[in-house]
Amino acid sequence: MYLTKEEERILAGEFGEGTEKALELLVAIGDAYDAEKMIPISRAHAASSGQEGDLYFVELLANGGARCKVPTSTNPVYDIEYFDKLFDVPKDEGEVARRVMDAYKRVGAILSWSCVPYLAENIPLYGETVAFSESSATPYVNSVIGARTNREAAQSALAAGVIGKAPEYGLLIRENRKGTHLVKVEAILKDEFDYTLLGYYVGKRIGYGIPVLKGISRQPSTEEFINFCAMSNVSGAISMFYMPGFTVEASTVEEAFQGDVPKDKITVTDHELRQACDELQTTSGGIDFVMLGCPHYTLKQLGDVARLLNGKKIHDGVSFWVCTSATAKVLAERNGHVGVIEKAGGHVVVDTCIDEPCWIAYKDKVGITDSPKCAYYRRFKEAMVARLQDCVEAAIRGRWG
Amino acid sequence: MKSSEITLKCHKIIGGYGEGEALVSHEPICFYLTDPKTGVVRERSHELAGKNLASKVLVFPSGKASSVVQIDGLFKLASHNVAPKALIVKDVETVLVVSAFLVKVPLVDRLEKDPFEIIRTGDFVKVDAEKCRVTIARK
Repeated sequence: MYLTKEEERILAGEFGEGTEKALELLVAIGDAYDAEKMIPISRAHAASSGQEGDLYFVELLANGGARCKVPTSTNPVYDIEYFDKLFDVPKDEGEVARRVMDAYKRVGAILSWSCVPYLAENIPLYGETVAFSESSATPYVNSVIGARTNREAAQSALAAGVIGKAPEYGLLIRENRKGTHLVKVEAILKDEFDYTLLGYYVGKRIGYGIPVLKGISRQPSTEEFINFCAMSNVSGAISMFYMPGFTVEASTVEEAFQGDVPKDKITVTDHELRQACDELQTTSGGIDFVMLGCPHYTLKQLGDVARLLNGKKIHDGVSFWVCTSATAKVLAERNGHVGVIEKAGGHVVVDTCIDEPCWIAYKDKVGITDSPKCAYYRRFKEAMVARLQDCVEAAIRGRWG
Repeated sequence: MKSSEITLKCHKIIGGYGEGEALVSHEPICFYLTDPKTGVVRERSHELAGKNLASKVLVFPSGKASSVVQIDGLFKLASHNVAPKALIVKDVETVLVVSAFLVKVPLVDRLEKDPFEIIRTGDFVKVDAEKCRVTIARK
């Protein structure tokens, strides 16, 4: 790979060990893909996770004096002080989380602790080159916004944020952004949950590729796009997709394939969506918890929960959690949504994700969620998946089915 | 029987040197689905189920699973000193590069001959990523 004089000096350690290690990683990735050079990026999102591999790299950079050169946001970890009051979080796990959060602060990242930073804390624009890790973020940024990012790991995104550059390969190059699979959507998509099922099904059928979805009859909402993006990366690895007419980069199906023929074609009817839904139903009966907000709920979704819970009481034996970003919670408090949810007996929690050790209390419990991604992490004995309305009803009744 | 030795050129991704007995997998590997303390593959339906990755030169087509679990998986093996000594792959992707980088295990691809035809489990393999060279000895 071609390196500039300045990049060579970084690799020689002239700007400190943290910066050197960041560039060393980016050069290794560039070598793997035969990238010709590094190109500037304008922002990054590091899918911090509070796990040991994450801790090692962010401390290596922070202790080595590295600082983010472009805005670099962070994924959920968890507030150990908040959870310590509720559950017995293992001491060593809590210490990892605390150190991870401290190191991201020292490296100068945006402490968003959100998995949907592209909505508020770190928003790319059309045509920007960025480095966004996190399952819903990569396809959302590529497809809905039309910025360009590769499927990054937390560490490669952080390294790109520190250097302000990324190796030029993959989805940063126009020719690599063409569609691979044609998906004929005949199913009627009514709500956010239908997009969850669509994403889950498409990811499962295609695995790895760039689907072009034809037959979407109305403008999907922000939340519907988020669900499609997140779930297609639970069952598959979809870094980009097209819904011509609704996503920005191609206005027709032909344009999305850049003149090429699809590798494969699939059709999705109501039947496939029902099947996907049935596949996610593992059990029924009494529940111990409801878990919402995977990915983080938006202000609009917090409003939906508040409307459904207004004047109701969550069953005594059920813990009710909604995960969201600090930004959305501030506005939801102002709008009265948080008050309504708390009055009904629920919690709105920020900065965390269901895939964190802070939820250890539910390890042997059964619950319900509207997110197959949340169920997939296996942090519980069993997690059923249903529409938001059904989750709220189960919370009130104390059982599902 | 006389031992034979051949040397092949390769493409370096993560530098360094590692040697050990070869362990060949025709299926993609997820390091998270191994026992972090011993290196034994726990993924029940995997062709390497029950085999140990510790100190081996691992030959496999590609990585799999989400970035967080893959990276954490190899990192845990390394922190218990049971990571492979070197990685030889066919299709490399970003997450695998990051994983190998964090634990400082040499990672190479593009051997001048198909590694699945040349290398068998049990061969003694030396991976010199710095010199872009893989040496295979069979007893």
